[in-house]
Amino acid sequence: MSEVPISWFLTLSAVLFALGVAGFLFRRSIITVFMSIELMLNAVNLSFVTFSYQLKSVNGHLFTFFVMVVAAAEAAVGLAIILTVFKNRSTLNIDDVDSMKN
Amino acid sequence: MDVILFLIFAIIAVVAAINVVVQTHPIASAVSLIGVMGSLAILYLLLGAEFIAAAQVIVYAGAVMVLFIFVILLLNAGAEVKRGRSLVVNLLGAPLLLALLGLLAYFVERLFPSGVGVRFGGFTGGTAQAVGRALFTTYLLPFEVTSLLILVAILGAIVLGRKELD
Repeated sequence: MSEVPISWFLTLSAVLFALGVAGFLFRRSIITVFMSIELMLNAVNLSFVTFSYQLKSVNGHLFTFFVMVVAAAEAAVGLAIILTVFKNRSTLNIDDVDSMKN
Repeated sequence: MDVILFLIFAIIAVVAAINVVVQTHPIASAVSLIGVMGSLAILYLLLGAEFIAAAQVIVYAGAVMVLFIFVILLLNAGAEVKRGRSLVVNLLGAPLLLALLGLLAYFVERLFPSGVGVRFGGFTGGTAQAVGRALFTTYLLPFEVTSLLILVAILGAIVLGRKELD
């Protein structure tokens, strides 16, 4: 067997996505939560490229490209927001950023 | 050969992703995330996506993660403090997560039982030429809108990051 089944790629993508969800839900540091979001975006990118291979079309690559661009823009704005939160509250714990809770 | 290559880098990706989640220190998570992105770039090459693999290394592992590590160093972020979580998270978190993973894997196996196999060189339409041609013909409008998005993001980052004037 020299060919990799296409479902292996998709399962790997699902595993990475689930790990990203786990990090997003269980971690309390803002920066790590943000990195988990990047992990989920990467998992979805892998799915796009795999479907692009299966359909023998370049369109999935373009979607991946746009996801990358949006992720880069999101990282810039998100990290600026983290800096502002840290400047105002001197904490990186998301439990301490609860102004809208009550 | 392709199977061995896939298995090596898939295992590296999963182990590094687990490391991202379990490490308490943000800088360790960031370095593990670079490992995930690097091994995903190899898998993209296996799938014939040359341009995307290069962009993955340059944009993600290069630019985005450097930004992350820069912010971690700037804020001197230490290990996160452990504190009690809510009961719902403790009881339902892991089972619901495993249910999500199981559901995704189930549908993948149902939808692609023995579809086409992936071998290196099976799809050669992912060159920079092909991607660029599609980008500047079919996807010209989204491309231009993306440039506007980048502009807005840069302005937003500057506005958020500047010092208060008064």
